[in-house]
Amino acid sequence: MTVAASTTQSRYDCVVIGGGHNGLVCAGLLARGGRSVLVLEAGAQVGGAALTREFAPGFRVSAGAHLLHLMPADLSRELQLEAHGLEWAARGMPSTAVVVGGGGLGLGLEEAQQGLSVADAQAYAVYTARMRRFAAALAPMLSRLPPRLGTTAWADRLSMLRIGWEIRKLGRRDMRELLRIIGMNVYDLLEENFDSAALKGALGFDAVLGANLGPRSPGTVLTLLYRLAGQSAAGAAGLSQPKGGMGALCDALAKSASAAGATIRTGAPVATIVVEGDRACGVVLESGESIGAHSVISSADPKVTFLRLLGARYLDTGFVRRVNHIRSHGLAAKLHLALNRAPAFSGVDGSALSGRLLIAPSLQHIEHAYNHSKYGEFSGAPIMEITVPTANDPTLAPAGQHVLSAIVQYAPYALKEGWQSGRQRFMDTALKQLEKFTPGLRGCIVGAELLTPADIEQEFRISGGHWHHGDLAFDQFLMVRPVPGAAQYRTPMDGLFLCGAGCHPGGGVMGVAGRNAAQQVLKSS
Amino acid sequence: MTESLAPHFKQPLLKTPFHERARALSQIDSFVPWAGYTTVDVFSTMEQEYFSIRNATTLYDLTPMVKYRVSGPEAMPYLNRLVTRDVAKLRPDRVAYCVWCNDAGHLIDDGTIFRMGESDYRICTAERQIDWLLDSAIGFDVQIVEVTEQIAALAVQGPTSCAVLKTMGLWGVEKLKPFEIGYFMLGAHPLTVSRTGFTGDLGYELWMEPGAALGLWDALMEAGRSRGIRAIGSQALNVARIEAGFLLPNVDFVSAEHTIRTGRDRSPLELGLGWLVDFNKGHFTGRRALLQEKTQGPRRQLVGLDIAGNKPAHNALLYTDDSGKREIGSVTSAIWSPTCKRNIALAIVDAPHFQIGSTVWAEIYLNRELVWERRMSRAQVVERPFFAPERRRATPPAEF
Amino acid sequence: MRTPRDLDAIIVGAGHNGLVAGCYLARSGLKVLVLERQPYIGGAAVSRQLYENFTYSNCSYVCSLLRPEIIRTLELPKYGLQVIPYEGGVTMMQGGGHLANYDNHDALRREIARHSTRDAEAYDRYARDVMRQCKFIKPLLMREPPDPTSFKPRDIQELLYLGRRFHGLGEERMYDTLRFWTMSAADFLDEYFESEIVKAHFAGSSIIGTALGPRSPGTAYVLLHHYMGDIDDTVGAWGFARGGMGSITKALGASFEASGGTIRSAAPVAKILVRNGRASGVALAGGEEIHAPLVISNLDVRRTFLETMDSKDLPDEFLRQVKNFKIRGSSGKLNIALDGMPRFPAIPEGSPSIRGDMHVTDTIEMMEHAYDDWKDGRWSRAPYIDMLIPSQIDPTMVPDGKHYMSVFVQYCPYELADGPWDAAKRRAFGDTVIDTIAQHSPNFKELILHAEIRTPWDIENEVGLTEGNIFQGELTMDQLLFNRPVPGYAQYRAPVRGVYMCGSSTHPGGGVMGAPGANAARAVLRDLGRAN
Repeated sequence: MTVAASTTQSRYDCVVIGGGHNGLVCAGLLARGGRSVLVLEAGAQVGGAALTREFAPGFRVSAGAHLLHLMPADLSRELQLEAHGLEWAARGMPSTAVVVGGGGLGLGLEEAQQGLSVADAQAYAVYTARMRRFAAALAPMLSRLPPRLGTTAWADRLSMLRIGWEIRKLGRRDMRELLRIIGMNVYDLLEENFDSAALKGALGFDAVLGANLGPRSPGTVLTLLYRLAGQSAAGAAGLSQPKGGMGALCDALAKSASAAGATIRTGAPVATIVVEGDRACGVVLESGESIGAHSVISSADPKVTFLRLLGARYLDTGFVRRVNHIRSHGLAAKLHLALNRAPAFSGVDGSALSGRLLIAPSLQHIEHAYNHSKYGEFSGAPIMEITVPTANDPTLAPAGQHVLSAIVQYAPYALKEGWQSGRQRFMDTALKQLEKFTPGLRGCIVGAELLTPADIEQEFRISGGHWHHGDLAFDQFLMVRPVPGAAQYRTPMDGLFLCGAGCHPGGGVMGVAGRNAAQQVLKSS
Repeated sequence: MTESLAPHFKQPLLKTPFHERARALSQIDSFVPWAGYTTVDVFSTMEQEYFSIRNATTLYDLTPMVKYRVSGPEAMPYLNRLVTRDVAKLRPDRVAYCVWCNDAGHLIDDGTIFRMGESDYRICTAERQIDWLLDSAIGFDVQIVEVTEQIAALAVQGPTSCAVLKTMGLWGVEKLKPFEIGYFMLGAHPLTVSRTGFTGDLGYELWMEPGAALGLWDALMEAGRSRGIRAIGSQALNVARIEAGFLLPNVDFVSAEHTIRTGRDRSPLELGLGWLVDFNKGHFTGRRALLQEKTQGPRRQLVGLDIAGNKPAHNALLYTDDSGKREIGSVTSAIWSPTCKRNIALAIVDAPHFQIGSTVWAEIYLNRELVWERRMSRAQVVERPFFAPERRRATPPAEF
Repeated sequence: MRTPRDLDAIIVGAGHNGLVAGCYLARSGLKVLVLERQPYIGGAAVSRQLYENFTYSNCSYVCSLLRPEIIRTLELPKYGLQVIPYEGGVTMMQGGGHLANYDNHDALRREIARHSTRDAEAYDRYARDVMRQCKFIKPLLMREPPDPTSFKPRDIQELLYLGRRFHGLGEERMYDTLRFWTMSAADFLDEYFESEIVKAHFAGSSIIGTALGPRSPGTAYVLLHHYMGDIDDTVGAWGFARGGMGSITKALGASFEASGGTIRSAAPVAKILVRNGRASGVALAGGEEIHAPLVISNLDVRRTFLETMDSKDLPDEFLRQVKNFKIRGSSGKLNIALDGMPRFPAIPEGSPSIRGDMHVTDTIEMMEHAYDDWKDGRWSRAPYIDMLIPSQIDPTMVPDGKHYMSVFVQYCPYELADGPWDAAKRRAFGDTVIDTIAQHSPNFKELILHAEIRTPWDIENEVGLTEGNIFQGELTMDQLLFNRPVPGYAQYRAPVRGVYMCGSSTHPGGGVMGAPGANAARAVLRDLGRAN
């Protein structure tokens, strides 16, 4: 669609599509770079999949991500988030693996000493140190522009060399080990190191969280290292919970952006990106209003951006073919429970509720849970990452009452039976699984909500309901993420940029894609 | 479509609706596979068949040409994004020769697009490519169906072809301008006639239901009896198309969808088809790459060569001089042109040697009674086509 | 057989790679002795008469990967090797129907079009992309993988060579290469085909010999690995060795002996001897010691270093890595003597597809389910089988009118969840396979004269392949190129001077390819200063 310039009512240097965390980070940095910026958010509030909302009368929850652990410290500093109202309900939250038959295994290096055999405890220390070294070596890669292959541009060659150098710096022994394990599956890696099923299950869990993989799938060491690299880049704060939920983070991001001069409009869904003379030059809203821009930056997922907002007609067939092949079927569901008392996990100290609890009793268990998803079924005994945000932040629920927020896997987007009938059955399955570890839980539920990937697609406008906007896997990674030709935040369409989780370095509340994209936009004009 | 009775693993090639007649006329049983069909290479002798193209009327079975029907509200924008030419300019009942490219601006195929109705088009091409056509359709409200087997096609080409068609009863066929489509009835059968062809001469292509094929063939043979009508095979046509300077896929270029090695793809600019590329019509696949190539200038180009001597330069390598030290390209198609009496070829030549008037040297191997001789022949880059008679354009055409 | 004196090298194991290495060394003038545990040579490339007048290729069963340059240099045709391409292939569907593979492009297009016209044409794109990747990989097969952690000129030179070749692909294809080497076969095939049967048909080779399912990342590479072979320049073509797979090793043995090499069979090596930090020879199980300055092991790395060498002779880190080397068996094999040709009603009369590889797994999902069984320590209840009847083409294997059927079975674990293998379980496994075939062939069971059933456990015990892994180590991303067999030791040299590895545990891995043997020989000769 082309709209004549004369009908354009307003004009900005940059229009950012989507007010999720990446869009807001990008907008904030662009505004700081002196650009006039407009953020267009379809929903009634900013935040995208990182927002806080009521799910039962009086109970509020982070509807998407519920923990913050990936956003680089220097980024929050640069955006002055704390000055813009971000407060912490908790930092350095502990992780506990709940054990079948009662009890929990603290995953902190010191707590773990108690629950593990001497050999495992020793191995865990060595393993943790090594993985941290690897993570630290890989961390700088996240904030870099993925190199283009096959070009003679020195920037790209340099970028390749830098990645190589970072790994080289580890020393020969570590480098060899990294090059070996990076292509492995996490199952084999953990089997090489540990005996404890609970420990292996918990460590394996982080490798498959949000991934379309089971622990035996090659590439799961990559996803694990990736997560660890993100945490390494984020700094020492560890798992954190903003006061007021994730929405508070995005509120701070929005305030920071506004303070820098960006305009943020909610309830303003974009219908199309406007092209003139082979250049993106603005957007038209669903309301029909058109807005001109020198650059359009989309935090929507690549499929939505290219195929719906821009349209295949402005792109080459081969490129569209690649976009079409992006694997973006989510398989994590979100379970929210309103409880009239704090949940009690048998044998687990109440203090663990202030951290995250993992239900992933063994690698075998995770793999079995994953098996179902390969066939379009949900897991019979799902795995979960549980937080009780009210343990740290009582404001989220009526006094004395609690919220339980859990990421539940695997719940494939393309459920064979359909989510219409599947939703209730999966809710029951998830509750049954929870009750194995928190007997009597059902009795204290006063409200419940299950967001399946289909719901996440609906509510957050993410194709396939995938929080990474596309599987994080070797073949959708770095210079091939989201697709070759758009992996450097620029797209084949001049003036159109990507800044969402679909780009390097992917999803999770990290904000790095937004920052990397902002740098490219600033460089381009 | 008359499918052979044997299963495909015993008889992989299909037979066209004209096969029965072709089989009967074939004197030397020379058949070759073409796009999944068995077709005649030579009926009697290539020379006689060739001269009929330039002198009388010939019938050539075109049925294996792959045909796709493209329809739906966005058929036109779809085609415009697919091919390099501006399809919006193609009026109903007209045909346009087009090429389409991949993202890198490298040629996937060439073919003709027929506008059969307001939003109804037919692509006619040498190779099957539903895979590319459907991937190109992502995001367009358009239907694409292969109709190869539903449409029999016959090329009627030569200086007397118009007269033959008139004799057969196609009144008004003489009014068709080049690249125009006309609709006729032959008995009870509808017949579509386009003034198109692959000979560079006066000629038409006839499109019909397979059931009408044999009747049409017989009617044409009857009507053309006094005008020297003759069925021809692919060899004779190949001579005519080289004289006309037309390209043949897998001979003069390999589709970018099929190349295995890097550097074997060709862009329309390299193939001398820059005139088909419309940079002002809006986006099409390969546009950005072609624009870049245009700024930088092509690294090689397909050109016509006029070569000394009379031995066709089949597969010859080309050099800057007769020392044969610096290779600058190779011949893709070569013949002795019986009409022009020139030794001509199509060749890919590196920059800057492809300018009209440049001299290059062709390495030709001659088999002289089983003794091979190598000869370096001087060749000059010349304008294409090599042969372009006025009659191919004249409307109405003369009787001969 | 007299053991020659003043040996230059001893090769442990007369498998095809050991013999290939032996041939190259002997041709360079070295005095070489090959020692084989079994009374016959061949390792996993053997032809054996286990039933009267029937010859079985009882381990490996088809030939394509054997490098043509090896066949040529070692003059194997002169010593009796003939490879006959087979004529097609077919996947039979549950409840009738089939998809066949035909050599003729038009026949194949029409065949696939019976299931999907789009797939019939997408096949060309698929074949093109596979071919592009094979063209890239093939020259790497016969080279030593560089050590990326090394600054030695040779390693840097090799890395640069790799880099240049990769760069030579051009931008788009470089991305494709990155993706194809790391994605799952299921995802890879999804990018081309829409029809389940078509995908299942091509997915087969992505799991053969692996401990992965078609949905596991990395299996697209395994698929490519199986296309790497060529017969007379037809890339991806597979064939039978006339006389069974043993004719390959028989020819290698003859070529070796013609160059002056000596083979001693029934001579199991118990220890590789190390003196003063370097190889000094081997000790046989009977106690006999044979001395030579070079010992080249055709055994898999686990067997070589954990069972045949003293751990005190090896660095701890190396041993740790060897222990971590993944070599899980995942395949079984049935060799069946048949009283006549079985009928397969799904395959049309006269179709040559029956003279190729036959399959009965018609969806990727079914294959993946078969893999799930393996993960849980069971043999697949509905296994993927790669079934051939070579006696239709090769007249030397059976009495006239009879047939030999080779059935490769995926998946079958080395260790069962419910305790060790025994005769009853082996029989039950065989019955699962036979029942699977019988579902597609009504007269199959009544034609069976004899069936040899081989589990990974049997393969380990007979052939000596650890855990019965047919590739001497899984072909996963972490065990390819410079990681194969273990990081830092991917160049055929063991940490002990004079000890080399030449088996499929090394780059470029398994299949009857011979490249590891040839590459190892080259490494030995270079160290001796005899490189050409």
